[in-house]
Amino acid sequence: MSQFRTPRKIALGLGSARHGVHHFLVQRITAIALLLLGLWFVWFVLRLPGLDHAGAHALLAEPCNALLMGLFVVAAFWHAQLGLQVVVEDYVHTHGWQLVLQVGIRLLCFLGAAAGVLAVLRIALGR
Amino acid sequence: MAEFSLPKNSRIQPGKHYPAKEGAKRTRTFHIYRWDPDTSDNPRMDTYEVDLASCGPMVLDALLKIKNEVDPTLTLRRSCREGICGSCAMNIDGTNTLACICAIEDCKAGDVKIHPLPHMPVVKDLVPDLTHFYAQHASIKPWLQTTTPPPPDRERLQSKQDRAKLDGLYECILCACCSTACPSYWWNADRYLGPAILLQAYRWIVDSRDEATGERLDALEDPFKLYRCHTIMNCTRTCPKGLNPAKAIAEIKKLLVERRS
Repeated sequence: MSQFRTPRKIALGLGSARHGVHHFLVQRITAIALLLLGLWFVWFVLRLPGLDHAGAHALLAEPCNALLMGLFVVAAFWHAQLGLQVVVEDYVHTHGWQLVLQVGIRLLCFLGAAAGVLAVLRIALGR
Repeated sequence: MAEFSLPKNSRIQPGKHYPAKEGAKRTRTFHIYRWDPDTSDNPRMDTYEVDLASCGPMVLDALLKIKNEVDPTLTLRRSCREGICGSCAMNIDGTNTLACICAIEDCKAGDVKIHPLPHMPVVKDLVPDLTHFYAQHASIKPWLQTTTPPPPDRERLQSKQDRAKLDGLYECILCACCSTACPSYWWNADRYLGPAILLQAYRWIVDSRDEATGERLDALEDPFKLYRCHTIMNCTRTCPKGLNPAKAIAEIKKLLVERRS
C-alpha cells in the first residue's frame, strides 16, 4: 500500500502550498457583500410585479440600481466559483476530472458574470 | 470521486448471538462490529447480552466482561480506564467517544451499537490503524522550537497569562475521536491534517516560549492541510475531553489573516 514510503513521508506529501488565505478572505468578503446586496435585491424583486416591461427596464436603468445589480452579479458569480472550487476539491479525487471541472467552473462563472454585467450596462446606457 | 457506498468486502453482515447466562437479572444488548483480517469473511455485527448486575458501569467494563467471560477473540485497545490515554476511542451509539468514560446508562435507550472509529483502516474488530494520524502529528513538529538557548540556571519562563492560553489545548490526548468524526477528514485524510492535529499545531503556535511561530504558520497555510476545515463542528461536539478543536482551527485562520494585514 505504502510502496515502501514511510508514514512520515506520506503525511508530509508535497508540503505546504503556502496559499489559501486569499481564497478564505475573498470568500468571506463576497459573502458579506452578498448579504448586504441581497437585501437590496429582495427589495428590487418585490417591486417588479407591479411594473410592466418598460417600467422594470427604467427601474434597473437608474444609476444606483444598475450599479448595485452589477455588483450583485459579480459578487454572486465570484462567490459561487470559490464555493464550487471547494466542493470539487472535497469530493473529486481524480486528477483529470478535477482539472476539467475546475477550469470549467471558472470559465462558466466568468462567462456568467461578464454576461450579467454586459446586460446591466446595456440597460443602464439605454442601448 | 468520493465513495458513498462500501465496497463488497466491507459490507457488514449479521453475526453471532451470545445470549445472557441463565438467571441474568438486568440484561443489556450490545451489537459489536467484528472483523478478522485472518479470514476472508466480511465484517459482521455480533450480539452480546450482558448482565449489568454483574458488570461495571462503563461501556469498557461491558466490553471487558464480554472478552473475559464470553468471547476472548473480541479485540480492542484499552489501558488507563480513566479517560487519559485515549486508547479505547470508538464509536458508541453513533458518537465517537472513549469507552472507559461512557456510562452504559447514558447510552440511548435500546441496544448499544459499537463500531471502530469511522473511516479508518481496521486492524481487527474495534482497533483502527492510526499510523497516518500519528505521522500527521509528527509532521507538525509537536515540540518546543527555539533558537535562543535556554537560561543556564533555570527553565524558560512564561507568564501566568501566557500559560493560560494553553488551557483547552494541552489536555488533548490524541484519541482521534474528533478527526474521525470530521467528514472533511473522511474524504481527504491523505492531505487534510484534521482537527486533532490542528489543535496540537495551535498549542505550539500560541506557546509564548516557541520561536518557530512563522514557520509553523507557513507549514499550515495550505488549501488542504488547513482549509479543508469547513467549520462543521463535529469535532467539538464529539470530543470526550470537552475541548474545542474548531475554535483552535479558527484561531489559526485568524493568525494567517492577521499576519497579512
